[in-house]
Formats: sequence, structure tokens, C-alpha cells
Amino acid sequence: MEIKAAQQLKGLMKQHFMELDEASRTKNKKIAWCSSVGPAELAMSLGFLVYYPENHAAMLGSTRTAMDYIPVANANGYSPEICSYLTSDIGAYLRHETPLTKAYGIKEVPRPDVLLYNTNQCRDVGDWARFYGREFNVPVLGINTPHTQNEAREHVVKSVSQQLRDIVPDLEKVAGRRFDIDEFRAVLARSRECSVLWDKVLDTGSHQPTPLTFFDECIHMGPAVVMRGRQEANDYYKALLAEMQERVAQGVAAVPGERFRFYWEGMPIWGKLRNMSELFARLKAPVVVSTYCNSWIFPAFDPANPFDSMAEAYCSIFIGQDDAWKENYIAEKVKRFAIDGILFHDARTCASNSNNRYGMSKRLSDKLGIPHLVINGDLNDLRCFSEEQTVTNIEAFVEQIEESHRENIRRH
Amino acid sequence: MKIYAGIDIGSCTTKSVVIDEQGNLLGSDVRRSGIDYKTVAKESLETALAGKSLEGVPVVSTGYGRHNVSFAIQAKTEIACHAKGAYFYVPRAVNVVDIGGQDNKVIRLDAEGRTIDFKMNRKCAAGTGTFIEEIAIKTAIPLDKLDELARKSQNKVKIGSYCTVFASTEILSLICSGVKAEDLSKGVFDSVVARVLEMIPLADTILLCGGVVAWFPIVAEIFREQVKGEVIVPPHPQLTGALGAALFARETTF
Ligand code: SF4
Repeated sequence: MEIKAAQQLKGLMKQHFMELDEASRTKNKKIAWCSSVGPAELAMSLGFLVYYPENHAAMLGSTRTAMDYIPVANANGYSPEICSYLTSDIGAYLRHETPLTKAYGIKEVPRPDVLLYNTNQCRDVGDWARFYGREFNVPVLGINTPHTQNEAREHVVKSVSQQLRDIVPDLEKVAGRRFDIDEFRAVLARSRECSVLWDKVLDTGSHQPTPLTFFDECIHMGPAVVMRGRQEANDYYKALLAEMQERVAQGVAAVPGERFRFYWEGMPIWGKLRNMSELFARLKAPVVVSTYCNSWIFPAFDPANPFDSMAEAYCSIFIGQDDAWKENYIAEKVKRFAIDGILFHDARTCASNSNNRYGMSKRLSDKLGIPHLVINGDLNDLRCFSEEQTVTNIEAFVEQIEESHRENIRRH
Repeated sequence: MKIYAGIDIGSCTTKSVVIDEQGNLLGSDVRRSGIDYKTVAKESLETALAGKSLEGVPVVSTGYGRHNVSFAIQAKTEIACHAKGAYFYVPRAVNVVDIGGQDNKVIRLDAEGRTIDFKMNRKCAAGTGTFIEEIAIKTAIPLDKLDELARKSQNKVKIGSYCTVFASTEILSLICSGVKAEDLSKGVFDSVVARVLEMIPLADTILLCGGVVAWFPIVAEIFREQVKGEVIVPPHPQLTGALGAALFARETTF
């Protein structure tokens, strides 16, 4: 069933790209390119419009044009084994093409005045930014965050807070204006509200039947990624939340006849989002919660203490934590969302988001007493994905759960 | 007499089985799947029925082409069907290992025959029937001589690559170094077993099924050397999935 707010979402995403395009053409505003969990709010407070290469790469993935571009980057020295967001985005750039043309009539990606990244998610975002830094000959400002281990947290946060302060003068130079801490506080406050609202939207998935699925969320997370810090995003999530709450109140199911409920750990398979969504709907077994969509929730933002709290928030993201922390996180969600099985997407080109690789899937199954399934695929590179194999695995996984439920019913 | 049928349309071969109410095998058929699944399904099943009418016979389909069988009352995955068929032979906790044309499956069953977990390997043909076929072609050793030849092997040869292409290169360099055909053949079978053992830790009882075990009995012997538990090969290893499907047909219509 169509989510009504989807229309509003389309308008919002269009606005985002049209503004960027205008700024790129007329130079009426400066443009910062930023990694998805990079210091976006800081740039916004200095008047930058923010463009996210990862979001662009996800568009390449979902339009499946990534498959034309990845080989171009491969041929230019970027390995097929590294982030396929990076390779598809760089490949598209080298071919002077973008899905923005078809979607919005935009000729080329907006030109950056500065590139920002934070290695809190992976090293690839830094390499990606440096590529464009060379291409456009603009400054690249990076926050270097180690993958935070619990014990070192305090030191890491302190260092990141300092690094955030340190990039301000460089940002001022590009922006051509002075940093205003009150502006920064205001952006952070709006970004925090966006987090709170998006969190509430996602939490409606804990209801049975769920009013929305992971696959809906992958689409509706757009504003939380690219427009957080702006009032429009918050207005949008208020509308979406109201719609989901209404669905819950009326018992409207995203997947009618919901029988089982899954957790999705790892990246989406962008080029197969629709097929996957239809498969789980056919099996009446929706994916109701994921690590991925929950990754743009930053409750630690505190306008009273903007630098430190921003550092804290961006060091606290799931991807940067150790396995014990991640396992607790998933365990809590499994309980809250009444999960029957966990799906681990082992994305060939993103080690940072493939948490099954160090035994976590088995540990969690043992601890929680629920089965798991590893799906081999990729975020953008469909050469690493076999649809037929995946469908069989998922169908067999549902049969396995069906069988154990039947047994349990028989026993009680 | 009521009869039931199962059809397993695999990537390489299609298998059909007809059983009675007790699960006795009344007829079967194995043939190449080709590219027209619908026709091959019908023809294979008709052969297995040996003149009996398909009319009113409950059929469950499985395998790659399971959704292509219009006359099936249900489609089940090959995981569920292999589990079902295997448990019919060995009704206790068992590890089912299916080595097929293009994939391997390992399914762990509990004492009641429920799937505890399963794993399928289809990333690469290494360790599957296709791999053996390819090597036979490359080395010009007839496929039906491979088992016999391997039994004469005196020296161990190791083929370690995960990947079929790499494994082929390894074999080429072995040939260059003058390794004997029998040692090479044995090495190929050893590597098939090694690829399976990498999938899931296998303890206790193992039931081997699939075409590779049916065609090359030496594979079962290598398993017996390598694992501690009992290794069982059912009477018709290649029909296990189709049998499971037929048993599902019997269940749903009982
Ligand atoms: S986290 Fe993974 S998908 Fe995201 S940018 Fe890094 S490597 Fe690419």
C-alpha cells in the first residue's frame, strides 16, 4: 500500500537537488560535499548547502546504473573490492553522467567548494573525498575518527571535538563569513529534532502488524540523511509519523497477513530493493527493523554544548562500535520488535557494514535463540549478487521458521 | 492405491519420484534440465509414472525451477525437500550434505527432523559437479573413468583454491610439473570434499546426497576418511530432494 507522504517526499528531494543545482550554476550559495555522518551541521551553520555523495551513489544503485559505472572506476585504478558507492560514483563522474538528469533535469552534479568527511564509518569516505579534492581543486577537510572501542571513548570524543573546532577557520575561509555559534546551535537543535522524529517513525515498526517495512524506510530516510538540520525535514517526518500512527491505530499492515518479522543487518541491496520488498511481502514476513535505517539518529546532539555533543553523537554511531556493543544493540531491537529471525547482508564491498564476518551472526543466534541467515550481495555491485540464490535462501529460511513455529504450537 | 510425486528441477538435472502412501519408491527419472523447464518437468514426471496417469496425482516441486511447474500443488525449496528426504532415510539428528551440479548445501537437522540451520554455496562452482566436469574436459579424462582412476592414486595432490578458475590454473601447473593422471583425479575429489568441509563444522552423522555422490562413490569414501561421524549414503542419493518433495505432497493431501 502506498504511503501517502511519499508525494511530499518526492517534492522535498527535488527541492534539495534543485537548490544545489541553482547554487552550482549561479554561485548564490557555497556547496559542501559531506560524508553521510560527517560534520554537515557545522557546514550548514556557515551557510553551505550540503550534498552527499553517498546519497548520489545510492541513486546510482537503485537505478542500477551503478553497473555501468563501477567498471569505469575499476579501470581507473579503484578496485572492485572497495566500496561500490565510491566506485559507482567516481565512475559516473568520469563518464560525466548522473541520475539527477533523468530525475530532475539537472545536467551535472553540483560543484563543490569544499569536501568534508568523517572516518567514523570507514576509510573509503576519505579516499573518495580526496579524489574529488584533486578533481575540483578544492580543500578537503577530514575528521579522523578511529573505530571507537568502548574503553577509549572519552579520548576519542575529545579528539574529535577538537578536530571539529580546528576545521572552523578553514570552513570560514571557503564560506567567506564568520562562524556564529548560535547558528550552529540552531542547526544542531533542528537536526536533533529530526533524529527524534525519525526514531519515532522507525519505532512504529515495533507494532504488530508493522505499518511500514525496511524497504519503505530505505526510501523515506532520504530527508534524515540529506536534509537533517533543516526545518523541512522535520515537517516531513511529522507528517510521516502521523500517517504511521494512524496506520497503527487502524491496524493497517504494510504486509497483510504478517506471519513472521525480520531484522535486517547491513546495507540495503539498492538495485533490488523492490524485488526484495515484494519477496518478503509474498512470504508475509516483513523486515520490520534494521541497523541501517537507524543509523541516522543522533540523540546526543545538545545545542548547549555543540562541539562536544556533536563529537559524542558522531562517535556513537553503530558502525564505529565494537562487537559486544553492537550485539547488545541488536538484541534490544530483536526483543522490542518481536523478531523471528535476523538477516545479515554480507555486502561484498563494504566490510564496515558486514557484521557477520567475525562470527556475530552465530553468537547472536546462540544468545537469542533465534535463527539467522547470511545473504551474500552488495549495496551497488550486482555482480556480487545472485537473485535466484538469495530467493531460495530466504524462502528456505521462512520454511525453517514456519516449521519451528508449528512444532512450538504442537508442543504447547 | 494413492500415489504422490515430487519433482526436483535442478540447475543441471531434473529428478522425478513417484511414491505410494508408505513412501515406497514406485518410479523415478533423472534427465538434463536443459532450458525448457516446463516441458522437461512434464516429460520427466511422465517417465517416472511409467504409464500411470498424472491426473489427480499430488505433485510438489522443488529446485531452481520449482516455480515453473504449473501442475504442482506447492513449491518448496530444495533445502526443505532435501531435509525431508534425508530424514525419511535417517530419522535422527543428521547433517545433510548435498553436492549438486552447481551448488552445495549443508543442512543440520535435529532429532525431530527440523532444520537448525543451513548453508548453500553457489558463489563459485569449485566443489561442485560442474567443477569435476570442467576438469574432466580440460584434462581429456573421460568423466566415467575419473572415479576408477582416482582409486589408483598413490601420491597426494592438493588443490587449494576457492575459485574454479584458480583451481584450474593450479591443475595446469600440476600437469606441467608432471603429476600423474590418477593423483590429479584424486586431488580433484579431495578438493570437492574440502570445499564442503569449509562450509559448516560437521560432526556426528552425515548423510550424503546429490548427483556427485551418485556418480563418484569415491567422494563418500573420502568423507569417511576425513570426518569422525558416521557417513551414510542413501540408496538413491540423487533423488533425495525429489523424494522430499513427494513426501511433502503426501503430507499436504493426507
Ligand atoms: S560505510 Fe561502506 S558503503 Fe558506506 S561509504 Fe564506507 S565502505 Fe562505502
